[in-house]
Amino acid sequence: MKFLRDTLDKAKHNFEKGGKYHKYYYVFEALDTFHFSPNTVTPTTGAQVRDAVDLKRLMMTVVIAMVPCLAFGVWNVGYQHFLALGQAASAGEIITVGLIQVLPIVLVAYVAGGLVEAVFAVFRKHPINEGYLVTGMLIPLVMPPDIPLWQVAVASIFAVVIAKEAFGGTGMNILNVALTARAFLYFAYPLQISGEVWTYLPAGAKTVAAYSGATPLAVAAQASTEGESVVQAFNSFGAGWADNLYSFSNMFFGFMPGCIGETSTLMCLIGAFILIATGVGSWKIIAGVFLGAWGMGAFLNLIAVNEFMAMPAHYHLVIGGLAFGAVFMATDPVTATQTEAGKWVYGLLIGLLTVLIRVFNPAYPEGIMLAILFMNVMAPLIDYVVVSANKKRRLSRATV
Amino acid sequence: MENLISIGVRSIFIDNMIFAYFLGMCSYLAVSKKVKTAFGLGVAVIFVLGFTVPINWLIQNHILNQGSLAWISPELATVDLTFLQFIVFIAVIASMVQLTEMAIEKFSPALYGSLGIFLPLIAVNCAILGGALFMVGRSYTLPEATVFGLGSGIGWMLAIVALAGIREKMKYSNVPGPLRGLGITFILVGLMSLGFLSFMGFSL
Repeated sequence: MKFLRDTLDKAKHNFEKGGKYHKYYYVFEALDTFHFSPNTVTPTTGAQVRDAVDLKRLMMTVVIAMVPCLAFGVWNVGYQHFLALGQAASAGEIITVGLIQVLPIVLVAYVAGGLVEAVFAVFRKHPINEGYLVTGMLIPLVMPPDIPLWQVAVASIFAVVIAKEAFGGTGMNILNVALTARAFLYFAYPLQISGEVWTYLPAGAKTVAAYSGATPLAVAAQASTEGESVVQAFNSFGAGWADNLYSFSNMFFGFMPGCIGETSTLMCLIGAFILIATGVGSWKIIAGVFLGAWGMGAFLNLIAVNEFMAMPAHYHLVIGGLAFGAVFMATDPVTATQTEAGKWVYGLLIGLLTVLIRVFNPAYPEGIMLAILFMNVMAPLIDYVVVSANKKRRLSRATV
Repeated sequence: MENLISIGVRSIFIDNMIFAYFLGMCSYLAVSKKVKTAFGLGVAVIFVLGFTVPINWLIQNHILNQGSLAWISPELATVDLTFLQFIVFIAVIASMVQLTEMAIEKFSPALYGSLGIFLPLIAVNCAILGGALFMVGRSYTLPEATVFGLGSGIGWMLAIVALAGIREKMKYSNVPGPLRGLGITFILVGLMSLGFLSFMGFSL
């Protein structure tokens, strides 16, 4: 850190008025504040603060952790688009189509939610804080690529007003804001967010022969009702137009239709690595969700009344949005449990419930969204139980 | 056996008295400020539901239904007392609540004090009469009715304890002035039922 400060200080005169690069002063300033704001330093003697991490730094870390998912999402939207049309496309074309679809959604989510934040900040007289940086990025990542933009705006506004500002703003919400937006859309406009909406196709586009936009979860449910092996259904899906589209490795890397940011387990794991390494996300929750889902899957394998229950448990970890939910939604420090033991319980139950909903609830193809919302509701209670057990244990040790 | 488990799980999570039928809202909203009190009221509701539903089942099937009096004498086989249903059910519930009240007063005066007026008011808690009427409407058998009563009670307790946990945490929230108190609680319950929607449509 000292080296960085010295370098920046040395370079500073170049950027100030009259300096060589003074046109680029704001770039320099952004870089400077990004690394060194707040710049209060603890004195060499007395109380020591190891790292003055503040809300801005915390939120920026999460946004950075989401960049791999976003970048892959842009690529995948374009890739799936050309795959469905049966056209060969260069990397440039793929990225262009992806950007055209994804960027407006990101912009609308940021502008709509950001405006609400600003209005509330003015009327309630508190500074605009950085909480929305993360929410505004999470909302687009859990939307299908061809969602109407006005729905993104309505959902963002609903979530920010009802789920967050009504409770007092950043850090005081009970339910995860981005998931509330997703759940709102899911129940208010089910047509645009379920079924075969997961690949971007312009109106009137002619798809390749034998094309099907079914997601792995839909394929698994379908195979189960027809009584054929789910793994076989995955392997034979896409024959003729996209061979091996739903092979295990392909689903792990994320080359499948789905919400913009959720398809790639690998990218989510990179995000998880960033969150855990910086100490922003709790590894206990992430591990808990994966363990819970895998454990429940393995348990269902033992009973295996239908084919979905017999699907090998590790498939549960790569289909749908489980990885994305585990890494970015469940770890939300505001709505998750705060106690260390509670984090394990919370994570495990999310994973377990997700698989239960997937397998036993025909009303919802994917369970991670509702599982996390349900556990958000239960989180304060889990904390309460853990804290009172701790109190009891320590009281029994006390001698007066 | 499978049927009983299914009814139990169903009444706790899927057909939750609060989030699916909105029954018993008054004490749900009023006594959910502290987890301890909410837990006490929840246990009382489980107890009352667990006893009144099977007792009411016996009354319904052996006294009130048309022809069910035949066990006294064959001449009574045509008597139909179902018009007495509401009044009899309420009487059973009220006496059960009185018993519970006395027991709580004797064994836990602190809980008795903190529940206050809401303990006798369990008698008019819609969830309890609702439980008895659902039991009749769905023509359960006696074991099914018992499991249903207990399950509905557990579901109600789960809901009120969860709400109390959240409200204890929300003491530190900076809720906008006009929404403080009941207003934000209504919004909160709405959002909670969004979470409970995860169980809707489970096929058991």
